[in-house]
Amino acid sequence: MSTPMSVFDIAGRAMSAQIVRLNTVASNMANAGTVSGSEATAYRALKPVFQQVSDAPGVSTVKVTQVVQSNTQPTKRHDPDNPLADKDGNVWDAGVDSAAELVDMIETQRQYQNNVQVMQTAKQLTLDTLRIEK
Amino acid sequence: MGSDDALFGIHGTALQIRSQRMSMLASNIANAATPGFKARDIDFNKALDAATSQQAGSVDDAVESNVGYRVPVESSLNGNTVELPVEQTQFAENAVQYKTTLQFLQGRVDTVMQALKGDQ
Repeated sequence: MSTPMSVFDIAGRAMSAQIVRLNTVASNMANAGTVSGSEATAYRALKPVFQQVSDAPGVSTVKVTQVVQSNTQPTKRHDPDNPLADKDGNVWDAGVDSAAELVDMIETQRQYQNNVQVMQTAKQLTLDTLRIEK
Repeated sequence: MGSDDALFGIHGTALQIRSQRMSMLASNIANAATPGFKARDIDFNKALDAATSQQAGSVDDAVESNVGYRVPVESSLNGNTVELPVEQTQFAENAVQYKTTLQFLQGRVDTVMQALKGDQ
């Protein structure tokens, strides 16, 4: 533990990771209503993969290693009037679970908030420490 | 590291351990959504005992040998053992204790300053 990450590194990088997650939620929600002409091209929800980053035992932050497509299957819908419909008259709705995305968004918000709080506390304590002889 | 500092007693060591514990609790909060992450914490009493009683060895060593894993109240499916209410409570408590230690140090500094300035 010679030069551990500071609390600011830890909370800051965690906040960045949560922002990536919020971005994926935003694109998933934005694409929730999209329609596609085939199952392969239909939109599937994007999910970030979080991984722990550590340079000393017990002190670690988090990073997003990759953003993967979820396994949520696009739903087939019979809609022959749709200009995108295939020869059988089917279209595919985006594989996005709006309720799950909303829950994800709330969780992201809470965790971002927690990290802001951590940073605020750390800042205050650091300033108090600096002011000790005044 | 001298265990019994003539001026600050154990408070300097305590402040160092409090600061390292703050990093550790911040790590736990940062990794609240990381699958498989195991929350860790320092046993403050044992770490302080080790740091103040050891002849040789640094505060870092004393801390490192007293780091343990948090036992979750209820385990989660993805193997993550961070429980935000627990971590937030511990973080808040540790912050107050850091502040308290700082007050002790402040008291010592004030005393010395007063002695240096003389009675005015």
